[in-house]
Amino acid sequence: MTTITETPPTPLTARLRVPGAFALGAVLLLGVAPLALSDFRLSLLAKYLCYAIVAVGVSLAWGRGGLMVLGQGVFFGLGGYAMAMHLKLTDAAATGETLPDFMQLYGTGDALPWWWEPFANPGFALAMTVLLPMAVAALLGFFVFQRRVKGAYFAILSQALAAALSIWLIGQQATTGGTNGLTDIQGFFGYSLDDPVNQRMVYFVIAAVLLLLMAAARQLFVSRYGELLVAVRDSEERVRFLGYNPANVKLVAYVVAAGMAGLAGALFVPAVGIISPALIGIVPSIGFVIGAAVGGRASLVGAVLGAIAVAWAQSTLSDAFPAAWTYLQGLLFVLAVGFLPGGLASVGVVLRRRRTRTPATGETA
Amino acid sequence: MTVILNQSFTGISIGAVLLLIALGLTLTFGQMGVINMAHGEFIMTGAYTTYVLQKSISNAGVSLLVALPVAFLVAGAMGALLEWLLIRRLYTRPLDTLLVTWGVSLMLQQLARDVFGAPNVQTHAPDLLTGNISMGGVTFASSRLFILGLALLSVLALTIVLRLTPLGRRIRAVVQNRDLAEVSGIATGRVDRVTFFIGSGLAGVAGVALTLVGPIGPTMGTNYIVDAFLVVVVGGIGQLKGSVLTAFALGVLQSVLEYSTTVSVAKVIVLVAIVAFLQWRPQGLYTLRTRSLA
Repeated sequence: MTTITETPPTPLTARLRVPGAFALGAVLLLGVAPLALSDFRLSLLAKYLCYAIVAVGVSLAWGRGGLMVLGQGVFFGLGGYAMAMHLKLTDAAATGETLPDFMQLYGTGDALPWWWEPFANPGFALAMTVLLPMAVAALLGFFVFQRRVKGAYFAILSQALAAALSIWLIGQQATTGGTNGLTDIQGFFGYSLDDPVNQRMVYFVIAAVLLLLMAAARQLFVSRYGELLVAVRDSEERVRFLGYNPANVKLVAYVVAAGMAGLAGALFVPAVGIISPALIGIVPSIGFVIGAAVGGRASLVGAVLGAIAVAWAQSTLSDAFPAAWTYLQGLLFVLAVGFLPGGLASVGVVLRRRRTRTPATGETA
Repeated sequence: MTVILNQSFTGISIGAVLLLIALGLTLTFGQMGVINMAHGEFIMTGAYTTYVLQKSISNAGVSLLVALPVAFLVAGAMGALLEWLLIRRLYTRPLDTLLVTWGVSLMLQQLARDVFGAPNVQTHAPDLLTGNISMGGVTFASSRLFILGLALLSVLALTIVLRLTPLGRRIRAVVQNRDLAEVSGIATGRVDRVTFFIGSGLAGVAGVALTLVGPIGPTMGTNYIVDAFLVVVVGGIGQLKGSVLTAFALGVLQSVLEYSTTVSVAKVIVLVAIVAFLQWRPQGLYTLRTRSLA
């Protein structure tokens, strides 16, 4: 998690740069942060890291693949709800009840809805946090990419999906908690979330998942598939002429990004203790993309740091100056996306290009 | 029978609102390829314009009629300014216009909150538009009829401008082949700005109409914006008749589904129907055939 040096490095440092940065990031996240931060701040950081996990997927699908994924809130929400449903059921079971608390208040009867029942099984619930978002992404992606629906169409369809899911969740008050969502979650696989020690454990899990996914994404970027994905982004027709099916290439990126968002949503629930429609509609879905855009969509580290920075700025500044923050947020998007398409990660590159007077190449979105 | 008629009228009036909102987008998104998320805030501008005018003109009917052209000009001017400041730099990156204008939309919403306050405000509908008209057991809300008329009038006006005026010819030329239009001596930059002015102005007109059916508030635009984009997507890029047909079809579908299921389930089914429809016609209902490969 260091800034990338701009001078051309010697071969040895080049080989060590990425593992070195990764090791430094790991030390900062797993060693320094837990020692330096109070319990409260560490749990805030845990929340930001969940957004960072989504950003890893965004960097893959959007930064590398050119797919503007504006519906990540859907996958975040599916993962979050799958986890929260399981935790609510275990909370209820701990007090000898069969129904979660909100269903006893607003529910339609004494019976658990049939689609809640399997989530009592921890293995099923955990699998669903990733598989459910991936399945939805695969379904939508298959239909959209196969028929070569254009970029703008895809962006709007994924937004509409986010709107539809949050409207549906709000409408099913009796079985999903409606606008409130699933709140007041007490335990995490037998550990009480009130205990700061267990909150730290949750933080470590989230930080470790983030580091693992970043390493995996980095491997994917340098693989043959990663090259192919960039090729599809830059010239889909040429890739088709070479005998590949661009639809499949895009589908993989979209589905993997959805799985990451689902995992992030699942980890968000124990970190924050709530999942609700307000966290997954159109506005938060765009928010997931914005963090990555500000940091630098094409750069993995840039996207992750951007997501953390925007989430941090959001919670610190919006409490102190709500109005000023909204203006600043808007301005940030306008400036970062409009005038610095590579995000903050590209500041160095842009400056160097200006010095050497190489014309900037327009990026295909 | 009356149930069916009543439901179809509800559907048509939902369609009319959709059409009014999507009409401006047919120009800015359909013709120019700009995904303007601030379109919803231009609608909001039109609604607040009505609210402001009603404070100075006490006769609700007169203020509504005055509001229509004023809202068109105010929202249009904002659109032209946005085009000049930001969007003209982004024509090569259409998807990025979505994020940039989203930032603009956030700022405009906050501006509305600072000027008019966060709670919703109300306008008084003219007496003429508050009642219902009954015909053969079917009740039509007068305000809905007014919106339907306004939507059809706007379509007619836009069609005349696009088909019969020199400006319309230039707009179509720029859309179909920008380079060729440029070498033919058309100032494409200026045409872009005028197109954007008209598209945004139509959002303002839609905003005036919406004061008759819903509350006026800083976030009112976001409630409609995605639906409006869907109309343009399904109708076919830049196709006026596509948008008209789609708006009414989606309105009726929505209203029929809402009657037989719930609002939220209806929304989901409509979305699934749209994805299915795009399998059949990926470029939308109508497509513009050009010789360009893009």
